[in-house]
Amino acid sequence: MAIDFQRVAPRTQRARVGRKRSIWLRIHIDPWLLSILVLLISFGLVVLYSASGMSVSTTMAQASRMGVALLGAIAIAQFSPVTLFRWTPVAYGAGLLMLVAVEIMGDIGMGAQRWLEIGPLRFQPSELMKIAMPMMLAAYLHRRPLPPTWRDLLVCGVIVGVPVLLIARQPDLGTSLLVTCAAVFVILLAGLSWKFILTLVVMAGGAMPLLWINMHDYQRQRVLTFLNPESDPLGAGWNIIQSKTAIGSGGLEGKGWGLGTQSQLEFLPERHTDFIVAVLGEEFGLIGMCTILILYLLLVSRGLVMANNAQDTYGRLLAGSIVLTFFIYVFVNIGMVSGILPVVGVPLPLVSYGGTSSVTLMAGFGILMSIHTHRRLLTH
Amino acid sequence: MRKRRANIKNHEQEVRVFRNRSLVAALVIVLMAGALVSRLFYLQVIEHDVFITRSDNNRMRVEPLPPRRGLIYDRNGKLLAENRPTYNLTIVRERVDDLDTTLQRLIDILDLPEDEVATFRERSRQRQRPYQPALLMSDLTEDQIARLAVNRYLLSGVEVEAQLMRYYPDPIVMSHVLGYVGRINEQELAELDSGNYAGTHFIGKTGVEYTYEDQLHGKAGLRKVETNARGRVLRELDRDPPVPGKDITLTIDSRLQHMAYDLLDGRRGAIVAIQPKTGDILAMVSAPGFDINKFVTGISYDDYRALQQNLDLPLYNRAVRGQYPPGSTVKPFEALAALQDGVVKPNDVIYDPGYFQLPNDTRRYHNWLRWGHGRVDLERALEVSNNTYFYTMAYRLGIDRLSAFMHQFGFGEITSLDVQGASPGLMPSREWKREKYNQVWYPGETLSAGIGQGYFMATPLQLAAATATLANHGHWVRPHLAKEIGDQAIEPPFADTKPDVQVDQARWWQDVYKGMEAVLQGSEGTARKAGAGLKYEMAAKTGTAQVFSLGQNQKYDADELTERLRDHALFIGFAPVEDPQIAIAVIVENAGGGVSGLGRELTDAWLLPDGQLKDWPGTTVNEEVESIDGD
Repeated sequence: MAIDFQRVAPRTQRARVGRKRSIWLRIHIDPWLLSILVLLISFGLVVLYSASGMSVSTTMAQASRMGVALLGAIAIAQFSPVTLFRWTPVAYGAGLLMLVAVEIMGDIGMGAQRWLEIGPLRFQPSELMKIAMPMMLAAYLHRRPLPPTWRDLLVCGVIVGVPVLLIARQPDLGTSLLVTCAAVFVILLAGLSWKFILTLVVMAGGAMPLLWINMHDYQRQRVLTFLNPESDPLGAGWNIIQSKTAIGSGGLEGKGWGLGTQSQLEFLPERHTDFIVAVLGEEFGLIGMCTILILYLLLVSRGLVMANNAQDTYGRLLAGSIVLTFFIYVFVNIGMVSGILPVVGVPLPLVSYGGTSSVTLMAGFGILMSIHTHRRLLTH
Repeated sequence: MRKRRANIKNHEQEVRVFRNRSLVAALVIVLMAGALVSRLFYLQVIEHDVFITRSDNNRMRVEPLPPRRGLIYDRNGKLLAENRPTYNLTIVRERVDDLDTTLQRLIDILDLPEDEVATFRERSRQRQRPYQPALLMSDLTEDQIARLAVNRYLLSGVEVEAQLMRYYPDPIVMSHVLGYVGRINEQELAELDSGNYAGTHFIGKTGVEYTYEDQLHGKAGLRKVETNARGRVLRELDRDPPVPGKDITLTIDSRLQHMAYDLLDGRRGAIVAIQPKTGDILAMVSAPGFDINKFVTGISYDDYRALQQNLDLPLYNRAVRGQYPPGSTVKPFEALAALQDGVVKPNDVIYDPGYFQLPNDTRRYHNWLRWGHGRVDLERALEVSNNTYFYTMAYRLGIDRLSAFMHQFGFGEITSLDVQGASPGLMPSREWKREKYNQVWYPGETLSAGIGQGYFMATPLQLAAATATLANHGHWVRPHLAKEIGDQAIEPPFADTKPDVQVDQARWWQDVYKGMEAVLQGSEGTARKAGAGLKYEMAAKTGTAQVFSLGQNQKYDADELTERLRDHALFIGFAPVEDPQIAIAVIVENAGGGVSGLGRELTDAWLLPDGQLKDWPGTTVNEEVESIDGD
């Protein structure tokens, strides 16, 4: 273990051992990551204020929620990766159990069910899985020599497959795909051979018709609507037509804050949740869209740097997966709102109004900071 | 060995692989971000114009502003047609939680008929944008509005809209003059200027409402408004105000119209009164009338069937469409024809043995008085309405000359300027019969035409117009209903007026007038009872029109015939003779006779300072409702 330490702790790390390091590292905060997060959240609040129809209460609610989530992230960062590693199987197991519980309750006759109510709390187990899944995979691969062997992949397949299927049955196709993404990123970063990746991609392509057959009617409808929104302009196609119109009419500079007609006159549905980026596009134009994209890219870059600086496999894989999954959220949301992806219920991270997903995301960034700022290493 | 090596983690290599993979990931991320940016560039820069138009189309709506329909007044400024606000029930489907429940509630609250609900479902399917209200029921009563207000909390999405609707204060007496407006039907829609009728639901269907539709309608305006997605108007961006329809003042005097209607006293008939100098139609009554207000809101099937099946034919405008044999009322015109064509002189005496016989024909054409009037000249022929005299005149003239001269007085032609649905009647001629029946003209038919029977048909309006022309010494003024349209007076000369009737000697007019005065005041005058105590000079002629023909030797007995087979009674007249103020034609169906008194009462009322004209209780002048905007 000592050997590991000397070998892995790079010079850069050691060079940073000084006054600067001692301040931030002692409170386990990455100043870069935190600043970009705060910038993003602030920009998001500005957009939300307009998107909520100048609702101070909505904006304040979101601000305090983000503040709490940020504090939560800092709190999580205080735990060392060792602790996280130890609790990984527990988190995964608990998530799995709760998914099963949801499944059973759904069977009992409540129809589509994503929530689990424990006393006064409503809890979405699939959200926990978004974090627990990459943790579990990273923990498993951490113990294995890399690149992963066929047997490792098989185990990974089971670890991923069971919860993903349970989530897909809820039915929550969007989340199950995102959880799969998080898992796939762990495996890819672990050094899965390109040949294998290629095979997987081809297989995934071949599995598309299978997916189609197993989809619910409303899911199929979403895909069809995506392919041809004009077929039902007042019904299913309404959202996407209105969001494209909002973004397109924004032009280069936008119509101005609070002056977007599509958003302010309520032509744009779900304008402060999933479709908030259309408000941004309409009121701040291409310049605003590029600004927020740059902020996201900065966040992702900083995340990738932090992942590369992680000192063990668990941290690296987990951090890398969290960062890449985060970008997938961004891509899927902007992609669906601008009409290049079908509409799935993915909010714009850190900007869309709502609690659950921001808590999960912030927890992810907390883990990222924990991995980055704790020097103690895991045993193999 | 291999297995052992595999079990040992190679950290350097893992870090390298990870770095490698994250670089690839970073590259892919940049590519994906690039894809997003190009998509956004496409939407926001390249297709910007398309989407800005779309977003403007979303928020901006052009709403038609229907013009206020012009009002209609009588010649004294009494309001005959106005616009009143009525209330319609509409539903905005998007604001309704459960449409079926809401409809059921409305059925319970308002006693809605099922077919209205079915029509509503159809209408709401045809909407063009969400949040567009669909009409469920029009013309709510106060009671219904109140019941809706009480249950308002149960009826989200249900709205009551105000709309201006035509209202006729005097619907029955004025029915055939005014006509009525009704909902625009599909056929009319296809022919209309849709821009000018956007937002207008009604159009003139008959009568003055139809004739002057263009002037009464006005010009539609429009406004551009900004709306939100729920269709709520937030502000007005632009406005092009509508031009209200022009008010029309009619030549009708509603007092005289009422008096005429009352004089008919429930009988089937028509009265037309014209001011000879101006052609103003002072009264134009067709009885019975019907309630034109029912047609505005949409008459119910039962009511309509009742009107259609009514034996008295209330929907039938007798005054302008009713074609009656004019009977002896044609005799003054025929007398002029005979004078002008030189077949008789005023003082020439014809002996009447009680019948007329064509040469080489045994058939006898009887005078109405079986034993004959003896020696008759023109004046006495008119006074006693001698048939033999006029058989002789007709025989001497021949049908072609008779027909040509009668045409000059407008028989067989439409001479009115603006009377909707006027019929030309029928002035037969040799040529007409050949074309129509491919038959030769028989001399006996000339004799029938000579006493206004046979093929000869005229409408009350034609008789009144001919009488007015006669009163004017042959000067033609087209009869018309509009006196003023907006600020513009409708005055003669009118385009396409018939040439004046010319006779060689002006005194012939006086000769005919004298005969007509004797009708009222001569000791043998056919209307001497009605002429008793006349305070001014009046010329008149009575007539009867056979509903069915009698055989050659049959005697006519009014009592034996059922009411509907009795003769129509006619009367024409004008007064004062030297300065004619009014010319009248009266027809009462199946009256048998004796309607001259009606004509006399009307001229008395019109001419005497202590006349009988009385105001009827109607809306007073200029009490109009301001236009209501559609928001």
